[in-house]
Amino acid sequence: MDSVITEELNSLLNVDFGPEVYEVERGMLRKFAEAIDDPNPRWLVEAPPTFAAALVPGQLLNKLFNADIPLKRLLNGSSELEYLKPIKAGDTISVTARLTRLRQVAGEQGPTLFMFTEVTYANQSGEVVVKGKNNYIKY
Amino acid sequence: MIYYEDIIEGAEIPALVKYPTTMQLVKYAGASGDFYQIHYDKDFAVASGLPGVIVHGWLALAFLGQMLTDWLGEGGTLVKLNGSYRGVNKVNEDIICNGKITKKYIEDGRNLARVEIWAENPGGVKTVTGFAVVALPSRA
Repeated sequence: MDSVITEELNSLLNVDFGPEVYEVERGMLRKFAEAIDDPNPRWLVEAPPTFAAALVPGQLLNKLFNADIPLKRLLNGSSELEYLKPIKAGDTISVTARLTRLRQVAGEQGPTLFMFTEVTYANQSGEVVVKGKNNYIKY
Repeated sequence: MIYYEDIIEGAEIPALVKYPTTMQLVKYAGASGDFYQIHYDKDFAVASGLPGVIVHGWLALAFLGQMLTDWLGEGGTLVKLNGSYRGVNKVNEDIICNGKITKKYIEDGRNLARVEIWAENPGGVKTVTGFAVVALPSRA
């Protein structure tokens, strides 16, 4: 099986991308809570569990998703979030992401590439509030 | 409110059933910034080999998160949330969210529980499987 892991992809490994800075406004929280259809009034001032998904590490993800490789289809494989402190309305969150691992396997429909990322979310005081891990699948 | 003393290993937590529509996926795309077309453009989704528009994995995980925070109430907090997306959730059908306490333990002075979580489609296929770690208040 030919490798789909190009030099371009390899060059992204273990490089920090960001920080990308997001101001968490009340309106942003309300919109997210409405979108996930969770009526808990707590989410008007505090981020619901998966809100980190909206604080996108775009610099890294754009490079991963648009990499020039023969595999064009993309799925999200898994997500993990670890909560150290709540994210609240008014916080400024700095998002830093890195690609930690690339793995190619022979899938049913041909080669499948797993791209593992780790994301750190820090608040305006520099405290890490959430740590995230994701696995993206190209096939 | 749920207290550490009251939970039992092996017990299930209250299930939550959600029913996402394409409109909800559009709202979620806007709120999350994930505009991948498989989540709202049926032609694109079918051309990608999918049965139709499919629910964002993150949104299914948000439903599991709601199940957990509804159960925890005011006192408890989420420490960790993990989900693997194993199958497809289509729009206009139920997503049944489930959880089962697999372990309760004290670590670093905190009262913790590990909860196995999973989402099913109406065919009983587990589309998301994972776990959560939660911290619970004590009656002591």
